[in-house]
Amino acid sequence: MSFDIAIEIVRGPSRISTAFATGDGITALCGPSGVGKSSVLAAIAGLLRPATGRIVVGGVTLFDSQTGLSLPPEARACGVVFQDLRLFPHLTVAANLHYGERRAPPGRRIAQFDETVRLLEIGHLLARRPDTLSGGEAQRVAIGRALLAAPRFLLLDEPLAALDAALRDGIMAVIERIRADYALPMILVSHAADEVARLADHLVELTRS
Amino acid sequence: MLLSPDEWGIVGLSLKVSGCAIACALPVAFALAHVLARGQFPGKIVLDALVHLPLVLPPVVVGWVLLIAFAPAGPLGAPLARWFGITLLFRWTGAALAAAIMAMPLMVRSIRLSIEAIDPRLEAAARTLGSGWWGAFATITLPLARPGVLAALVLGFARSLGEFGATITFVSNVPGETETLPLAIYATLQVPGQESMVWRLALVSVVLSLGALVVSEWLVRRGATGRDPHVL
Repeated sequence: MSFDIAIEIVRGPSRISTAFATGDGITALCGPSGVGKSSVLAAIAGLLRPATGRIVVGGVTLFDSQTGLSLPPEARACGVVFQDLRLFPHLTVAANLHYGERRAPPGRRIAQFDETVRLLEIGHLLARRPDTLSGGEAQRVAIGRALLAAPRFLLLDEPLAALDAALRDGIMAVIERIRADYALPMILVSHAADEVARLADHLVELTRS
Repeated sequence: MLLSPDEWGIVGLSLKVSGCAIACALPVAFALAHVLARGQFPGKIVLDALVHLPLVLPPVVVGWVLLIAFAPAGPLGAPLARWFGITLLFRWTGAALAAAIMAMPLMVRSIRLSIEAIDPRLEAAARTLGSGWWGAFATITLPLARPGVLAALVLGFARSLGEFGATITFVSNVPGETETLPLAIYATLQVPGQESMVWRLALVSVVLSLGALVVSEWLVRRGATGRDPHVL
C-alpha cells in the first residue's frame, strides 16, 4: 500500500475524518468544497496535527496518535504543490527550485535539475522572480520545486484549478510523465471530473461527517 | 576642522552610545517582535504594554527607574557589581542602556509590522522542502523581514542620538563619559557666550539624523526587488 491513512482532524467546530488505503499511482481526493481536502493534505504533510489516527506512506509511519509519533514536516520527504503555490517571493525561480534540492539527501534524489527544467519547460524563467510569472508558469515552477526536493510521494492540491484549458492539458501531461518516469505515489485534490477521469488510479470521496 | 577636539569627542561619544544601543537592542527587539507577531500566549497584552511603556512614559521616569534598579544596592546593580564588577552608573554603557530602552518600542513596532506581513504559509512550505524551524526562519522569515529591520535600525539610531531625559536622569552629564550631543547642547546653553558652540553641535545633530535617513534609503534601494517598502 502506498497510502494507508485513517485520521480524524478537529478544526474549530468541524470534524474531518477519512480512512483510505490505496496502491501505487495517483489517488484522487474528491468532495465538495469546504469538506476539508486541503486539511487532509496538510495533516499528511505534517503541517496540521490530527486529533487521532495514523498516517503511513510507503510503509513508513509518519503519524500515529497511539504511540505519540509525529514526524516534523522536514522529515516526511513529502513534496507538496500547494493550491496557492507559495513560491518564495524574495528568491528567483532558480533559487526556488534549488531550495528543496539543496536540502535533500543526495541518495534520495529522483530528478536532475536540468532534466526537470526541460520537462516543465521553465528554462527561460530561471532568472525571474515569482511575481513576474503567469499562472501556468508559476504552477510549473511549484511542481518543479516539489519534485527536486527528492520527495518519496507528492501531494497536489488542485494543481489545475487556476489554469485555462490548454495549460491544464500541459500540466496533466507533466503529472502523467512524473508518474511514469519516477513512480512517485501521489494524492491529487481535484474538483474537475475530467481531470479525475484522466489521471486517477484510485478514487477517495471525502464527505461531511 | 569646523569642530574643536572637545566637540569631536562629543560627536564620537554620541555615535558610540547610539551604535552600541541599537546593536544590543536589535536582537532583543527582533525576538520581542516575533513573539508579539506570531505568539499566542496568556499575558501577551501585558508584554505588549510593557514593550510600549517607554514610548508613553515621561523619559525622566524611565531614567529614574533605571537609577533605582542599577544603583549599587539596587536589585540589578548589586548582583552586577558583585559578580561581574560592573556598574552602569555615570558610565557610557549606562547611557547606551537608557538609549536602547527608549528606542525599543519604535524598533519592535517596525519589525513586528514586517513580520506580520509575512505569510506563515511560506514558512510551512519551506518546512515541507526540508528546512527545520530554524532553517525556515533564517531563509524565509529573516530575509522577508529585512525592510522592517532596516527601518528599525534607522529609527532606533535616530531615537538614540536624541535621547535626553532618561540619560541625564540615569547617568547624569559626565563630560567625556555620558555627555552625548543633546546633553552637551543643553549644558552649553546654560553658559553665556557659548552660542556658537550650540549652533555647531545642533548642526551636527541635524547632519547625523539626515545621514541616517539617507543611508537607510540607500540600503533599501540597494537590495530592492521592486517590492520593498521604503523607509522614506
